[in-house]
Amino acid sequence: MSHQPLPAGPISAHRGRGLPLPGADIDTDRIIPARFLKCVTFENLATGVFADDRSERSGDHPFDRDEHQGASVLVVNRNFGCGSSREHAPQALMRWGIRALVGESFAEIFFGNCLALGLPCLTADPAHVAELQEAIAVDPGAELLVDLEAMEVVLESEFAGDNRWPVTLDPGPRRMLLTGHWDGTSQLLAHDAELSATAAVLPYLSGFR
Amino acid sequence: MSAGTLYDKVWDLHRVSELPGGSTQLFIGLHLIHEVTSPQAFAALRDLGLSVRHPERTVATVDHIVPTTSQARPLADPLAEEMLATLERNCAEHGITLHGLGSGRQGIVHVIAPELGLTQPGMTVACGDSHTSTHGAFGAIAFGIGTSQVRDVLASQSLAMTKLKVRRIWVDGQLQPGVFAKDLVLHIIRTLGVKGGVGHAYEFAGPAIEALSMEERMTLCNMAIEGGARCGYVNPDQTTFDYLRGRPCAPSGEAWERAVAWWSGLASGADAVFDDEVRFDAAAIAPTVTWGITPGQGIGVDETVPTPDQLDPDDRALAGEAYQYMDLRPGVPIAGTPVDVCFIGSCTNGRLSDLRAAAAVASGRQVAAGIRAFVVPGSEQVAAAAEAEGLDAVFRAAGFEWRQPGCSMCLAMNPDRLEGRQLSASSSNRNFKGRQGSASGRTLLMSPAMVAAAAVAGQVVDVRRLLADGDASPSATRPGSEPSPELSSAPSAASRL
Ligand code: SF4
Repeated sequence: MSHQPLPAGPISAHRGRGLPLPGADIDTDRIIPARFLKCVTFENLATGVFADDRSERSGDHPFDRDEHQGASVLVVNRNFGCGSSREHAPQALMRWGIRALVGESFAEIFFGNCLALGLPCLTADPAHVAELQEAIAVDPGAELLVDLEAMEVVLESEFAGDNRWPVTLDPGPRRMLLTGHWDGTSQLLAHDAELSATAAVLPYLSGFR
Repeated sequence: MSAGTLYDKVWDLHRVSELPGGSTQLFIGLHLIHEVTSPQAFAALRDLGLSVRHPERTVATVDHIVPTTSQARPLADPLAEEMLATLERNCAEHGITLHGLGSGRQGIVHVIAPELGLTQPGMTVACGDSHTSTHGAFGAIAFGIGTSQVRDVLASQSLAMTKLKVRRIWVDGQLQPGVFAKDLVLHIIRTLGVKGGVGHAYEFAGPAIEALSMEERMTLCNMAIEGGARCGYVNPDQTTFDYLRGRPCAPSGEAWERAVAWWSGLASGADAVFDDEVRFDAAAIAPTVTWGITPGQGIGVDETVPTPDQLDPDDRALAGEAYQYMDLRPGVPIAGTPVDVCFIGSCTNGRLSDLRAAAAVASGRQVAAGIRAFVVPGSEQVAAAAEAEGLDAVFRAAGFEWRQPGCSMCLAMNPDRLEGRQLSASSSNRNFKGRQGSASGRTLLMSPAMVAAAAVAGQVVDVRRLLADGDASPSATRPGSEPSPELSSAPSAASRL
């Protein structure tokens, strides 16, 4: 598990080691099994991340392998994060230390939940994702630069030199991350005067006087 | 695009601003919270150094984790106790009203807000719980939200939302005796599918809807979400106003008349435009039972479990999974399926009229040997009203357990749960795999009267047959006193029997 600070402010790039997690349709129940939902804080969710998958593979799961401890860029395949809307899933990943995700595609609600936490979910070509997963497996100690300005990921490998792949992200979410307005709350708080004006004309707020 | 509907009017009234990401900022008139989805939201608020913008517009209760046998503090389950204590602390710290255990007002969040008169026509209502659609019964726009949205509402009393399409569900005719709002909504979901309503608000309208009591309308709107519609609503009318008059948080005195005028003006007009419309005939609907693992897998109690060739090709894979999980064979009648556990309660069917309908069936009969049957009132007020008219005694005499209020075995976050492959007849809203607390447990959804019938028969049975036998004594279920406006104004479901 990592001790990186939680995301804050504008997010234009992230640098960290990669963690390939192959497989399509990995759902939120696998990311964080339901029994971990009985909690009053997200803080300790890291221990539950992929709990059942990990115990099934007794130590051989990517999240358990020595070479990936401290990694922060999760590289996944198709439809990652499908299933229930539980926010515990991105929270668990974030608490474990994940700060960015690169994949073929993401489930819509999961993508939105990640964005609200400041975790960019970048998409890339299936072939490029496979190359990236392969390259990380070959040199797991290499630093990966996730660049939201240039819209690419760069693996800075001692062995293979730099390797770069293009990634995509819709302009709306990208702008939200780059400007630091990815957290929905600050957007809403920015319109306080309009909020008061709306409230002023709702008769039930003034007891129908 | 819809226009002139209640949904459009309420949306426009609550619109605050257009946000950069393309969504709309919507003012939230009523925010309901409970112990499961709020603690992380309060923690996030603290982390961000924010306060609650309108503490008087948020109301809390505890429902999901409460035990229904002994609610003495500290709760036996330390995790449950911690969740409740955290809610108490958060509410105290931020000045939020909490209707706690023993307050006389505690209960399932979607039961207490209406009975306190908190839910009113024309409001936007949000709660960190998908069955928030219940409140649409009042002509409110009500929807479930996730934990970071709970944080957003606490901090800003608003949410980033995208406008839905509006589908009118027009229901002609009248429900037949022994057929309830639960059967109607199971029938609608069976027909339109569990994803049929995605991207839509459902407006329920037509003669059959107008004839429903408020409690029945709540059952209907409660399950809109099971049909994929994030919210469902009924236009406010005299039934709505009669229900609300005199409730503790409803307007009173001169404000009452002004409120009724405002509420009346919000209903979809004759010239309202809908994105589409679907029509049903209430008279054609039979008591409906689910046989599978989604609320859309329902059939009339007189039908057989569908064979693959009777189903849409798209539905066959899921049906295969359901046959196996439920251990039900295609082509076999659903009536006669033996049950192990019978559960009456939940935000779908844990209100007074539901308990009356079930008691009318249980009265003078006995729970079949080997069946565990229990009744969990939706709130402390429902429990008190039911006890005042002797329903608890009717249930106990018939061999049902009479429990304390909470969500209970609807989702089994408390000790009430199925064991192993037990099969339950349940008045709740979800029959997903493992929903009722056992990973292999099985659920048949049905109306409370049908659950009571299953309890006394030991198997799925058409409640209309029991009622035709005529030995139920409806007199035992008629109100003797009038503890709440609902009792005097709304026809009880039992009166149809
Ligand atoms: S009764 Fe069931 S559906 Fe309703 S709020 Fe409780 S857990 Fe959710």
